Amino acid sequence: MNEQDATVNPVSDKTPPLVRATDLAKTFDVSPPWLNRVIERQPRLLLHAVDGVSFDIQRGQTLALVGESGCGKSTVARLLVGLHAPTRGGLQFDGVDAHAAFKTSEGRHLRRRIQMIFQDPYASLNPRWRVNDIIAEPLREHGIENAPAALRERVDALLLSVGLSPQDRIKYPHQFSGGQRQRISIARALATSPDFLVCDEPTSALDVSVQAQVLNIMKDLQREQGLTYLFISHNLAVVRHVSDQVGVMYLGRLVEIAEKHVLFDSPRHPYTRMLLDAIPKMHDTGRARTPVSGEVPNPLNPPAGCAFNPRCPHANERCRNERPDLVSAGRVRVACHAVAEGRI
Amino acid sequence: MSLLDVKNLVVEFPNRHGVLRAIDDISFSIAPGEILGVVGESGAGKSLTGASIIGLLEPPGRVSSGEIWLEGQRIDNLPYEEMRKVRGRRIGAIFQDPLTSLNPLYSVGRQLIETILTHLPVSHQEARKRAIDLLKDTGISAAEQRIEHYPHQFSGGMRQRVVIALALAAEPQLIVADEPTTALDVSIQAQIITLLKTICKKRGAAVMLITHDMGVIAETCDRVAVMYAGRIAEIGPVNAVINHSAHPYTTGLMGCIPDMSEDRERLHQINGSMPRLNAIPAGCAFNPRCERVFERCYQERPDLFPAGPTEAACWLHAGGGSKNEVGGVAA
Repeated sequence: MNEQDATVNPVSDKTPPLVRATDLAKTFDVSPPWLNRVIERQPRLLLHAVDGVSFDIQRGQTLALVGESGCGKSTVARLLVGLHAPTRGGLQFDGVDAHAAFKTSEGRHLRRRIQMIFQDPYASLNPRWRVNDIIAEPLREHGIENAPAALRERVDALLLSVGLSPQDRIKYPHQFSGGQRQRISIARALATSPDFLVCDEPTSALDVSVQAQVLNIMKDLQREQGLTYLFISHNLAVVRHVSDQVGVMYLGRLVEIAEKHVLFDSPRHPYTRMLLDAIPKMHDTGRARTPVSGEVPNPLNPPAGCAFNPRCPHANERCRNERPDLVSAGRVRVACHAVAEGRI
Repeated sequence: MSLLDVKNLVVEFPNRHGVLRAIDDISFSIAPGEILGVVGESGAGKSLTGASIIGLLEPPGRVSSGEIWLEGQRIDNLPYEEMRKVRGRRIGAIFQDPLTSLNPLYSVGRQLIETILTHLPVSHQEARKRAIDLLKDTGISAAEQRIEHYPHQFSGGMRQRVVIALALAAEPQLIVADEPTTALDVSIQAQIITLLKTICKKRGAAVMLITHDMGVIAETCDRVAVMYAGRIAEIGPVNAVINHSAHPYTTGLMGCIPDMSEDRERLHQINGSMPRLNAIPAGCAFNPRCERVFERCYQERPDLFPAGPTEAACWLHAGGGSKNEVGGVAA
């Protein structure tokens, strides 16, 4: 695995990555209740939400994960912040086994360095708390700041850093628009001075003009504070704007991961090509296109072999039987028999 | 002659603090077979425009002045029962969430047949045959079997296909599609947009496509209206509005969208956000966020002026488009 990483991240032999996920997997048990299973003679039902995902994120870089609903992007995000425990595989954060550490007293310190921004700014802020309390909570919780005056100063600074005014401190979340609420979420995530931010669709609920404001703030903060991001989105144009590396997920597995320009300029995996082709092009008015047919299969019952084979124009017998591994092909890592055999 | 004419439409919501004006004097028309896109951010009034046309404004919202004409017939003041006959028969509707637009208790076949029988003088047998043909046309394979299925047995994209089939069931001349692909994944979105475009062209139905996705508009529409705070900011052929926009808001909106073909360190941003309905600024509603604002913008509200190939509600173009240099703002 390490040799392959080296081709994607030429720097990885010099500086160890901040985040390294190795064969990360999460299985959910979605079986019917025990009595139903016995009476109806049904087997256990397991959903492989994330099935063996490995990647590195260098300090100060952004890895974006893209994919359609149900491909496991958000589960990866939750695994990375410790909201789920992995079924298999491990997560190294700055050289420490993160999931082992989360269970010990070390975990508190680690959680301070890993923060998350959620998708829905309406659901992720407590409507009964003032902005001041929302942003100060992590500071109090982690014992970073307890003196009221110092706390107040920190909150003001955080509000200013995301483009809000210190006077907003006494307001409630409902007094803000969606974009402003997402800024409050960002300020809250930044309160503990984290190294690593996991952003799960941070702009999907926002209008384009507001999305631009939030994306600009996120980029500015990254530059100023050297933050590392995992950025999850289904919007490839946004991903292209914010990321350094891009991973494409399909049914719980990474199908292609590469440096941004490589992936967008010469996509290798047929699924990546399909996704790129599906984006409406702005300056290409009236373009006719040939959309790929078919839909994402039920993850409870994924097809044998390569999960993409029922929708893939290049699928052959091998694709239907044997699951491809993620292997290096030039400057990308891609999981596709057709690419490995040189058919496409 | 145009198929749909909206003249000086005003939609208001009375509440205990006064009257909120959600749509403020908009006029546009749709030609037969044309696809008109309506874009704007949340709260711009796009969906309300669509709802007023299909006569489904939720009370206390009301059309307080203005007229809506469909093929020479005024439809905004029709009694409820009359409007019910127009809706479905002459104007079809497609909404955002395909699960809520279908009745979960009836099979899709029953819903299609009911719609056809309500509006067209055909026998049950014929209606069923028509329903199967519609499902086939919308790309549902094994339509003969699928017609017996219930909405929950379809995936999101398939449900939206059923909704499109329902909207087309009585062969309306106009389809109002309100965010038809917003709830779908990109690959499915591409399929649905292509389907909507080809099937409406084939049947000669005009479409009013309401969406916030500029990419979808660019690819699908003939003309586009950009709405801001209840008014039309700019309207014109889609190519002209996207590539040579005349209104600073349109230009800003284009600059906000990350582009697949170029790299930018920062996105252009329009500061602030859309004003609330109870605090719309005097003069041009866009003036607090506009980069090219001047004296007149604070005092008078601009009407649509011709600005090159498009029409823009902006004082920069009051002289007939001579200052049409706003295109540089996004750079």
